[in-house]
Amino acid sequence: MEPDGGLGPRDPAPMTEVVMHAEDVHKRFGRLEVLKGVSLEVTKGETVCIIGPSGSGKTTFIRCINHLEKMDSGRIEVNGHLIGYRQRGDKLVEDSERNIARQRTEIGMVFQRFNLFPHKTALENVIEAPVHVLGTPKEQAVGLGKALLGRVGLADKVDVYPGKLSGGQQQRVAIARALAMGPALMLFDEPTSALDPEVIGEVLSVMEELATAGTTMIVVTHEMGFARKAANRVVMMDDGQIIEEGTPEHFFEEPEHERTKQFLSKIL
Amino acid sequence: MHGLVAVDWHVIWQQVFHPTNVFFRTLWATVYISVVSQVAGVLLGLLAALARMSRFAPVRWISGVYVWIFRGTPLLVQIFYVYFAFSWPTLNFGFWVVPDAAIAGIVALSINEGAYMREIIRAGIDSVDRGQMEAARSVGMTYGKAMRRIILPQAARVIVPPLGNEFNNMMKNTSLVYTIGVFEMFAYAEQNYSQFFIADYFLAIAIWYLVLTTVWTFIQAYIERRLSVSDRGDELSFRERLELAWNPMAAWARGTPHR
Repeated sequence: MEPDGGLGPRDPAPMTEVVMHAEDVHKRFGRLEVLKGVSLEVTKGETVCIIGPSGSGKTTFIRCINHLEKMDSGRIEVNGHLIGYRQRGDKLVEDSERNIARQRTEIGMVFQRFNLFPHKTALENVIEAPVHVLGTPKEQAVGLGKALLGRVGLADKVDVYPGKLSGGQQQRVAIARALAMGPALMLFDEPTSALDPEVIGEVLSVMEELATAGTTMIVVTHEMGFARKAANRVVMMDDGQIIEEGTPEHFFEEPEHERTKQFLSKIL
Repeated sequence: MHGLVAVDWHVIWQQVFHPTNVFFRTLWATVYISVVSQVAGVLLGLLAALARMSRFAPVRWISGVYVWIFRGTPLLVQIFYVYFAFSWPTLNFGFWVVPDAAIAGIVALSINEGAYMREIIRAGIDSVDRGQMEAARSVGMTYGKAMRRIILPQAARVIVPPLGNEFNNMMKNTSLVYTIGVFEMFAYAEQNYSQFFIADYFLAIAIWYLVLTTVWTFIQAYIERRLSVSDRGDELSFRERLELAWNPMAAWARGTPHR
């Protein structure tokens, strides 16, 4: 990759449409270097699973993609927009809050701990941002919200508060909430790690349906079954770097990297 | 001057059940001074709480110094200083005249209250899970919008109970502005006492203060009930909230769920 790659005007109609482009992303927390130059490209309709041991930087990396975590250097573009920063000469300066907020409307995020708004019903959670961020008329948003809740199998829970829903149901509402913004990219940060085993399946099947329907997704997960079934590409991170990537077949049948073999033998 | 049980029931009966128009004017002064001061105090407290979380260190310092000074000095001293150090206008709305001393009193009470409210509001905001701000921002909200629509409504549940106590104190503290010449409820009692030397005027207004704080207890219980509508599944009824407000131990002993 040439050093000034991506700095020039972008090709308006590339052959395969790149949705997310990350280049040499570095991040440190104090003296601990968590990301040591991560580059990744995700094209439209692709589902990419990021796997790897705890502390390998997976979560930090996808949090950088919507600027919840501020990277120290590198560049990330989503849908051709530089995320979190503005180009000034040959330097990147942090963008205004308003612009960052606007960029985030193109990126859906599903958290490990759901983070639903507890003072709002399932439907209100889903339509909150369309109405109050995008300015969608309320009736239209309600229609969209109900359809999305139906899509994640919760048509009967529209008026229920999150506290009365199971973990799996809450996570499905959270997925609907993220989808409601019509994002170009969905990020999943270990979406099933906080769930009871018996409800993991219902969340994974919603995610599989999304993947099949052509949603562009980056999924940090420990669910190898999901990665094998739904991913177009699997990426292995270790110690702040991507050490191996490939198709699920390649990954689970003939991993090349010693570290990957070790990791998979422990987890499978 | 009086004997041990020399309560003049006639005066009390008269003041409580047949108050004069003059008395009502003073009651109104007590009410509007408390309400305006409390509302302004909450707004100042909110501003100071947000300032405390600012990215800019000097803004945080200002917030800290504000609390340090106004919680660390007597309210009475603040009231006198505010009244005598500045000149205040008299507001004349025609049907309602707010004298300069009342304005000074409201200003002093508000600033003082803001210092206490800052801590209460800060605790409320801190009680909201950090993930809420992240979730709000991940769907494209700016900091301000996330605060307004997501964080503060949740913080309100934690803020309202101590806020109610603050307002209860506020209604009683307004009696201090009598010292700068505001003709409010306490001034009324004091004036009548100096004229007739009947201490029962004080007892009578004590009953009136009690009426005000009791009415407020009901209003507060209502507000808390409205705020608790949602998830947790341990909603308290109106009656349970009143019980808690009046006698937390008794409510607890009866096994009322409370947080």
